[in-house]
Amino acid sequence: MDKLLNDFSFGLFVWQTLLFVLLLLLLYKYAWKPILNAVDDREEGIKNALAAAEDAKKEMQNVTADSEKLLQEARGEREAMLKEARELREKMMADAKEKAKVEGDKMISQAKATIDSEKKAAVAEIKNQVADLSVQIAEKVLKEQLTNKDKQLKLVDDMLGDLKLN
Amino acid sequence: MRSLLTVKVLFICSIFLGFSLSATAKEETSEGTKKDLKTEIKEYIDHHLQDSHDFSIFSYTADSGEHVYVGLPLPVILWDNGIQIFSSSQFHHGETLAQAGGNYYALDHGKIYKTDAEGTITYDEEGHATNVRPIDFSITKNVVMMIITGLLMLWLFSSLARSYAKNNGVPTGAGRFFEPIVLYIRDDIAKPTIGEKRYRKYMPFLLTIFFFIWFLNMFGLTPLGINVTGNIAITFGLALLTFLITNFTGTKDYWKHLVDPLGDAMPWYGKLPIYVILVPIELLGLIIKPFALLIRLYANMQAGHIVLMSLIGLMFIFKSWIGSPLSFFLAFAITLIEILVALLQAYIFTMLSSLYFGFASEEHDHHEEEPELAHL
Repeated sequence: MDKLLNDFSFGLFVWQTLLFVLLLLLLYKYAWKPILNAVDDREEGIKNALAAAEDAKKEMQNVTADSEKLLQEARGEREAMLKEARELREKMMADAKEKAKVEGDKMISQAKATIDSEKKAAVAEIKNQVADLSVQIAEKVLKEQLTNKDKQLKLVDDMLGDLKLN
Repeated sequence: MRSLLTVKVLFICSIFLGFSLSATAKEETSEGTKKDLKTEIKEYIDHHLQDSHDFSIFSYTADSGEHVYVGLPLPVILWDNGIQIFSSSQFHHGETLAQAGGNYYALDHGKIYKTDAEGTITYDEEGHATNVRPIDFSITKNVVMMIITGLLMLWLFSSLARSYAKNNGVPTGAGRFFEPIVLYIRDDIAKPTIGEKRYRKYMPFLLTIFFFIWFLNMFGLTPLGINVTGNIAITFGLALLTFLITNFTGTKDYWKHLVDPLGDAMPWYGKLPIYVILVPIELLGLIIKPFALLIRLYANMQAGHIVLMSLIGLMFIFKSWIGSPLSFFLAFAITLIEILVALLQAYIFTMLSSLYFGFASEEHDHHEEEPELAHL
């Protein structure tokens, strides 16, 4: 203890305290305050950046979910549209078929009618011609037969015979 | 790379110390005194541990027999009924008297005494000089070292602070080494001991004291023969600041706890006999805490220097092929340990200061609990 007290230099103590306090003040102003502030700012920045990243991630997830939903919807819509189109096509085809059938039937019946009338006309024509021909043949035959007297007589006989019968 | 550098530094350190020791040895023999090597080494160590009025780097004995000191003289400032300022070169390392303002001053074992024109110093039976000692405000070697350390710290840390602005919040250069230490002090010393809310106002002091002690400890390991943190006046000054800050920032709770440690846990007639012992202990603790701080740092640094220099001194005592290398390697190992101690002591001082601040600034929550307890 005696040695300690003997070693103690008051002047050195005063200098030490003065210098240390001065150093403390200077360092506080020019070093510690800016350093601690900068470090705090940086840490705050990192914290904020992490939070922002987390938010962005969440947003991203939301967006993904949204787009997934949209895609799903679009897919459903497409499906529905395709179905509708298919139905429409089928309906149209059925309609067309129906219409074609009706038209065809109509045409066929018309054709049949035409054919019928043509046929009737032809038959009538043929009848006329046959009648003409028959008359001409009969004329010719009559002429032939009436050229000689015997035959004319015979005919008159025949006819008279028939009449008698009646 | 770093360890290689340390080895180099240590090697040079040992050479320097050895060199100055041998120089002293020569001087003593040339003067024909009867001191043997052991007393001489002891005196050399004592001399090294003390503060000095000049900044000598090393000394040697010239061929002419004259003792040559290489270094700088420092200003001597005395308060002796007015300020006396003169250069320490006037003392010629204690060999001559200095004259200033009509008074004569002599340098004896690192202390300045007022003498008559002949320079007579009278001693009492214990060997202490009885002459008048003027108050010595000299810029001594320790003061110079503190100024150098202070400037170094200012330069280092203000450049670190500026590098943040310049480099977008990322330190450059030496700051990359120091920033983690600053953060360590904040996150692992101040925050856990003082608490998240109040640690900030103590940070400048904790940071300053940590780096101040660490740097001065490290300077103590250089071959310049510096022993600042092993000086009782320095550690006293540092511990005094811790003491003052602790008590000036002490909250009401802290003071209440000091004089009334048990609080409402016991009726007053029960507390009385306990407090007769407890309160003086608490009050003594106020002084003992910083006192332990100052003694711990002083004794550790002082002891480290003594051990290291004794081992180096042993090299010259052994003077053999086995003993001298052995003590060299021992000194080398101790130096490595001292590098650790330099950091450790700075850490301990900072940690304990922070702990005391934590005690002083603590605010208990029991004020808020009291009304609730009244309901019960």
